[in-house]
Amino acid sequence: MPRARVYVTLKKSVFDPQGRTIHEALRSMGYASVADVRQGKFFEVDLEGVPPDKAKETAEEIARRVLSNPVIESFRVEVEP
Amino acid sequence: MGVVVFPGSNCDHDAYHVVKHVCGQEARFVWHKDADLSGLDAVILPGGFSYGDYLRTGAIARFSPVMRAVGEFAARGGPVLGICNGFQILQEAGLLPGAMLRNRGVKFLSQPVHVRVERGQTAATEGLRVGEVLTMPIAHGEGNFYVSEEELDRLERQGQVVFRYTTADGRLDEAANANGSARAIAGVCNEAGNVVGLMPHPERASELRLGSADGRKVLESLVRAAQARALQSV
Repeated sequence: MPRARVYVTLKKSVFDPQGRTIHEALRSMGYASVADVRQGKFFEVDLEGVPPDKAKETAEEIARRVLSNPVIESFRVEVEP
Repeated sequence: MGVVVFPGSNCDHDAYHVVKHVCGQEARFVWHKDADLSGLDAVILPGGFSYGDYLRTGAIARFSPVMRAVGEFAARGGPVLGICNGFQILQEAGLLPGAMLRNRGVKFLSQPVHVRVERGQTAATEGLRVGEVLTMPIAHGEGNFYVSEEELDRLERQGQVVFRYTTADGRLDEAANANGSARAIAGVCNEAGNVVGLMPHPERASELRLGSADGRKVLESLVRAAQARALQSV
């Protein structure tokens, strides 16, 4: 069964309050080397009865229509057969 | 008036109560699986946590059957008011611009705020004066309004900014913009002005014994907008 991995992240131009908070916490813990943190979402989508070449298309459609909001987020899809 | 109920709505009864018992209007609940809005002059999408706000606020609710009907109702000019989570659902459905980010300070905010009316003659401000300041509570974790700079300029030009967070005397002040919204935007409308979303809760501030009755003005605006439209169609 093909498995799609969908990574959804806030666009670079969008402020990420959660990432900022995590960043500040890491700095206060002594991780001075941490320059930035951005938080995102990760989905594993198992697709049944879909040939691997079609799986990417389907996963991209799902990512575009549902898993991400184009106003604030972008996404990347990887498919393993 | 119809009050849409999604699984996880929690301000539906408050909205129903104010419309029916405070404004004296006929009201009925509309279950999100119903696609029948017949006989309704206006629709309210209430606050809450539809589908637990899983994925993103409003992201799953916007695929409910009722949303197709709400889209058609709005396209025919029907007044639609989205409050808090209802606003987020309208954004996800593409009926209102922008998206909500987590509040600037990450925390859930539950407090009274002041908002200034930036535009009259919308479903939420029919009969209200531009510059009027209303006091209502907010209660949200994701109310940090965002759109790109170009889109913000477009919204301002087209008069789609309906409410802005201000001080009690109507001044813009970063401290008054608790969630960090772009240009302190608390509410917007579509191009026609018949679909409005706002983050503060008018239904929680419609009776003086609850601290403020300013929210009643917003819901009475919705009544006026519905009546004006009913007259047009006669």
